[in-house]
Amino acid sequence: MIDAAIVPAPWLTRDDLWTIATAVLASVACGLVGCWLVLRRLSLLGDAISHAVLPGIAGAFLLTGTRDVLPMLLGATVVGVVTAFMSSALSRVGRVDRDAAMGATFTALFALGVVMMSMAARQVDLDPGCVLYGLLEFVPFDTVDVLGVQVPRAAAWLGAALVLDLILMVAFFKELRATSFDPAHAMSLGLPVGLVHLGLMAVVAANTVVAFEAVGSILVVAMLVAPGATARLWTDRLVPMLWLAAAIAAATAIIGYLAALELNTSAAGMIATVSMVGYLGSVGAVSARSSLRSALRAAV
Amino acid sequence: MTELFRLLSLQDASTRVVMLSTASLAIAAALVGSLAILRRRALVGDAVAHASLPGICLAWFVAGDRSLAIMLLGAFVLGLASMGMMALVHRLTKAREDATMAIAISGFFGLGIVLSRMIQNQPGGNRAGLDGFLFGKAASAVTSDAWLVFAVACVVVAIILALRKEFGLLCFDRDFAASIGRPVQRLDALLLVLVALVTVAGLPSVGVVLVVALLVIPPAAARCWSASLGTMLVVAAVMGAVSAIIGTGLSAVLPPPSGAESGGWPTGPMIVLTAAALLVISMVVAPERGLLTALWRRQRLRSSASRSIGSTP
Repeated sequence: MIDAAIVPAPWLTRDDLWTIATAVLASVACGLVGCWLVLRRLSLLGDAISHAVLPGIAGAFLLTGTRDVLPMLLGATVVGVVTAFMSSALSRVGRVDRDAAMGATFTALFALGVVMMSMAARQVDLDPGCVLYGLLEFVPFDTVDVLGVQVPRAAAWLGAALVLDLILMVAFFKELRATSFDPAHAMSLGLPVGLVHLGLMAVVAANTVVAFEAVGSILVVAMLVAPGATARLWTDRLVPMLWLAAAIAAATAIIGYLAALELNTSAAGMIATVSMVGYLGSVGAVSARSSLRSALRAAV
Repeated sequence: MTELFRLLSLQDASTRVVMLSTASLAIAAALVGSLAILRRRALVGDAVAHASLPGICLAWFVAGDRSLAIMLLGAFVLGLASMGMMALVHRLTKAREDATMAIAISGFFGLGIVLSRMIQNQPGGNRAGLDGFLFGKAASAVTSDAWLVFAVACVVVAIILALRKEFGLLCFDRDFAASIGRPVQRLDALLLVLVALVTVAGLPSVGVVLVVALLVIPPAAARCWSASLGTMLVVAAVMGAVSAIIGTGLSAVLPPPSGAESGGWPTGPMIVLTAAALLVISMVVAPERGLLTALWRRQRLRSSASRSIGSTP
């Protein structure tokens, strides 16, 4: 048996391993992109985007009748433009702050998306609930042929997204760093601050769409924000933060999946729960460390 | 169409009660939401709402029955716990508030999904009851549940009306309010408790995912019309009530999407879409700052500019 040879833990099936791989890919891709959201204090924008792309995804699905990723990416792009326009118009006309404008826009779009999804449910067996928490357990059943190997479609797309994220991040590292930490200085250097912001939003939206099917629109927020925010607690330096976030993202996905398997419950839900527990644990540990340090300093 | 008329004319006794409770809840949410938006706490309700899902599940585990009062109590407790958690994290570390809130929203919701799946796996675990909380099911509400929501809404509205001067001062000039001896910290805390109350009371009709819309959309729409707090509160309340009634009516009347066993559309998205339509209309036609007014002003400016250029010799 070839399968037995590559299975490191005998109680896991091949499907389990593919699902874990998919979850890790989703988590690391979203986690790395999310670091920049955390640094720019845009974590809630990640929440807003992940909700707002739903009508785009549902629209693409209703029009094409397939679950191809490309039309969905296109649909999400259209909705992204609508979101940006509507929330900025609302904060101008309604004189409300950014959070409120964003909250009004993304709930409205999400409601639209849910209704469209319910209409799509006529065509396939699609539960509106699964847009919230995804179908990670069904990932291994939908495969594509990649270089002669049957790979889950979600894993193939998420792998491609991760590679693209890494390429973009390495290519535009200087721009991202400068605009995230000191936008005014970056602007004085002549860096395209607005363009970098737009690009980042586009990448966040694309990652959300690709991860959507596996983990759903609410739990993807945990994947976007938690690794970066947790890593940020432990270090003030950028590059270690990115490495740490990737490691935390992978560990969260693996632990969450195994725990869900053990308790026979939702894997995506468990991964989000583990993310939050990791974050809270880090908050506790970091604050205990700093109070211990100041106590030691006072004693010496 | 005749069915819609029958529904909106409130000929059924049970429809009447459900409409009354949903509309009164929407009014309460609009009032609380207006204040929360002005205090820049618009999205706290979202965290409370998502945290209430595990609360509902825990209540199911602990109490073992599905009476709405107990589930909402669980939701309220966990909602307050999520607020407390965010405040604690903020005090302990330099962590960003927005990151903590995003993690709380997603993490608590994940926990809720985990627990509800475990309930579903249990022999007596009737999942349909919990599913209704995701997107709301006002149309199928029991009369006693509707009265419970109505009572909560009335209490919230009464508190806001009684303390409207204090809350107004808190929202527009917190420092001044503090300087003349108003208990601003206690008022802030009370506002958060009210946010939690209306959020939880809105769960049966609008659902966990979208209930924050009741707190955000009608007030944002109302603020397009007026900058004065009194007018904003009235307009927001009216818009909330109208959206709740039309949305609930639509979800009961529209032919259900095929394949849905329990029948009928979820009420939450319908109410939110109605509110969103009102918001878009407000943004376009509102006086002073509306998009149409802005367009008209620009046009007039341009024509007057071209006239003055034309008239110069």
